[in-house]
Amino acid sequence: MTQSPYERVKMARDNKRPTGNDYISNIFEDFFALHGDRRFGDDQAVVGGIARLDDKPVTVIAIEKGHTARERASRNSGAPHPEGYRKALRLMKQAEKFGRPIICFVDTSGAYCGISAEERGQGLAIAENLMEMSTLCVPIISVLIGEGGSGGALALAVADEVWMLQNAVYSVISPEGCASILWKDPTRAEAAAVSLKLTAEDAKTLGVIEKIIPEKNIGEESFYTEMKKMLSQTIGQLEEDSELLQKRYDRFRSIGKQGV
Amino acid sequence: MAFLQFLKPKNELESGGRAAAPVQQDSGEPEKTCPNCHKSIPLSKLWADQLTCACGHHFRMKARQRIHILTDKGSFTELFSDIHSADPLFFPGYQDKLETVRNASGEEEAVICGRTRIGGEECCLFVMEPYFMMGSMGSAVGERITSLFEYAAENRLPVVGFTVSGGARMQEGLISLMQMAKVSAAVKRHSDAGLFYLTVLTDPTTGGVTASFAMEGDILIAEPGAVVGFAGARVIEQTTRKALPKGFQKAEFVLEHGFIDAIVHRREQVETIASLLRIHNGGQKE
Repeated sequence: MTQSPYERVKMARDNKRPTGNDYISNIFEDFFALHGDRRFGDDQAVVGGIARLDDKPVTVIAIEKGHTARERASRNSGAPHPEGYRKALRLMKQAEKFGRPIICFVDTSGAYCGISAEERGQGLAIAENLMEMSTLCVPIISVLIGEGGSGGALALAVADEVWMLQNAVYSVISPEGCASILWKDPTRAEAAAVSLKLTAEDAKTLGVIEKIIPEKNIGEESFYTEMKKMLSQTIGQLEEDSELLQKRYDRFRSIGKQGV
Repeated sequence: MAFLQFLKPKNELESGGRAAAPVQQDSGEPEKTCPNCHKSIPLSKLWADQLTCACGHHFRMKARQRIHILTDKGSFTELFSDIHSADPLFFPGYQDKLETVRNASGEEEAVICGRTRIGGEECCLFVMEPYFMMGSMGSAVGERITSLFEYAAENRLPVVGFTVSGGARMQEGLISLMQMAKVSAAVKRHSDAGLFYLTVLTDPTTGGVTASFAMEGDILIAEPGAVVGFAGARVIEQTTRKALPKGFQKAEFVLEHGFIDAIVHRREQVETIASLLRIHNGGQKE
């Protein structure tokens, strides 16, 4: 590992990095997009639908940032509104009904901070996902492919296994935000990035993720083939597990238990 | 959860807490100015009115003071007080910060949990502490509240929770973030067991606490004027460059938008809570 944590943050934010849609189109077959939360609207920052993974029906949900400036504008740069989380939950409940495993690709700087988002209950939308995902009785795998920004990322990552791309980051707050609150100096983001322990290696050490996915061939066919194989294999194992929900509970239950 | 307030609140009760309670009856009795109506209130009157002003303003309150006014005398047994925050990230300055805050607040962590009776009704209670890093949620807060929900599920008791928080505690990074999922899973189990959870949102309830257990109650009530939101108002202004609507994120605004059930004045809380507990049969589904 040669890059500093803050360099990782920049890599994770790079708009040339594969986004949610790239993973969907390269890994799955017969993807059929489903739209809307049936409450208010259809959030373009969250893409979701049904598809096949090696012939197995699955539900796929991805936060989509977009690559170009125009795409980023239409996707709100991957910062979901409450309806994005509600769409995701609707699709997850549907997956549970039909016994389909769920795969989430997470890439967001965070849930959108705006007047409309607050008026429509951003906090509640995230809270409901956390609560409901903890007991959905189908396997859930979440892959952090870029930025894992706080509660807005966690709302799609209450899973049986959480994986991170080698240069993805996962953090409770952006390094810039942390530096400006703690040290009243946003330019100290580099130091904050170190202290926050937000790299994939850190997350693995802290017991927050199961797997780090190498990036040497990121975006190439072999990269997606490899990920497809890992997803298929792990889903197969999780489907066999009769203690899936207890293990999911224990997975989070054990984090931060050191106290006493 | 982004912008948390980690400085101690710039509240007139800053040096307050129980230590500020002594009632001085002489003519030099100290007064506090209400930030809402700007009238001066003698301290003894302020305490007699449970830290509320006649204009309706609710002052911030220490967790133990709340427990004192809420619970039936002698009924409160504190639980899980042996759970303390570690420093999982070895975050620069965090140990010192904890030390300072512990000394200043007289508390070990940002939440107090226990089993008690309110208006004669048996329940589990957690009260978050605004004077401990603005009720920020680190691993100890997560662990204490999770343990309380598990205890409540085991003993078939309802949970009453008073929230006040700037959100996740960034000095505990990802570990702090994961507490949102951990507590939520415990709330879900308690809920699936048919048990009642009542949340009382107090000023301010924001960030990761709003985006988890604060919003997960069966019934949500708030104190008048309490700020309840996900993102901080300042962050939203910076992000959107728009003026915020009047009363944005205040309890009244949140009620109007359909996210809480009621706003209840502090002096009516014991009665309201007791009656809600009673109507849920002490939380038990028989």
